[in-house]
Amino acid sequence: MTSNAHAALLVAIMAAVTMLLRFLPFLIFRKGRPVPAYISYLGDVLPQAIIGMLVIYCLKDTVLTAAPYGAPELLAVAAVAALQAWRKNSLVSILSGTAVYMVLIRLL
Amino acid sequence: MRQAFVKSLPVMAGYVVLGIGFGILLHDAGYGAAWSFAMGLLIYAGSMQYVGVGLLAGGASALTAILTTFMVNARHLFYSISMIGRYRDAGRYKPYMIFALTDETYSLLCDGAAPDGADPNLYRFLVSAFDQCYWVVGCVLGSILGAALPFSTAGVEFSMTALFAASFTQQWLDTKDHTPALVGLFGTLVCLLIFGADRFLIPAMVVITAALTALRPRLDRAGKEAAER
Repeated sequence: MTSNAHAALLVAIMAAVTMLLRFLPFLIFRKGRPVPAYISYLGDVLPQAIIGMLVIYCLKDTVLTAAPYGAPELLAVAAVAALQAWRKNSLVSILSGTAVYMVLIRLL
Repeated sequence: MRQAFVKSLPVMAGYVVLGIGFGILLHDAGYGAAWSFAMGLLIYAGSMQYVGVGLLAGGASALTAILTTFMVNARHLFYSISMIGRYRDAGRYKPYMIFALTDETYSLLCDGAAPDGADPNLYRFLVSAFDQCYWVVGCVLGSILGAALPFSTAGVEFSMTALFAASFTQQWLDTKDHTPALVGLFGTLVCLLIFGADRFLIPAMVVITAALTALRPRLDRAGKEAAER
């Protein structure tokens, strides 16, 4: 397991990098300095790609080769996507999808 | 004060619930309320804290933590860029307002002006502070619940998957060109198959950035518009 010192280091790193990302634009692009086109392009496309990456990251330990063949994960993700498309309310989608998953892993 | 509180109300339910989910996960990973409080207070970034539970549980290296935080939170660069003008004259409130610029706070504050008669900087400062209060309360509540719940919380970790799946679906509905979303999904899937579940994240970040850079001539519209301005 992770030692407390290493865990504290990881938390400090996460805090510092997050803070750096939030403050950097205010330090670099002071009054009037334009934002480079490549940066604003990345700002446009990167968030969608990273969310896609995080969905896969969350599902990385799903076992597809043995029963129930990842069915709880796939069905619950489908439920989240369908609810989100229908109601457009993230909280409803997240809570319902998690409930569906918690029921499925007990049944399948 | 009242106007800021009312403005922040829609975020309250979401932050408390997602914070509770985080607190329970963190508890199940072996870290109690003090860790939950510290992370909610110091990191204060929902998705990153969920991902952070995995980093803590897996004993990730410092380099992995740096790169993962950078990629997961890179979008904050762009929130900040779009707030440079609005926060310019915020004075002593400014450092905290920048620190506390989460997705939800951004979505509350990016749309409009402050209400009539209110000091816009104090108003935005208070909205930011209320939001963080909800988040920290949720995180700590989750830790307490995680320790106290009499029934099995197995499966509650799916709330993180659901969070990203909902966000992915919403972005999919909000955009016309789905290439970036598909690059993220399949680029990561390929890296997962090649590198395995323990070390695919960094290759995936490299592949995604490289692919999006290579696709720029085809995908870049906003960039051209910005250059013409």
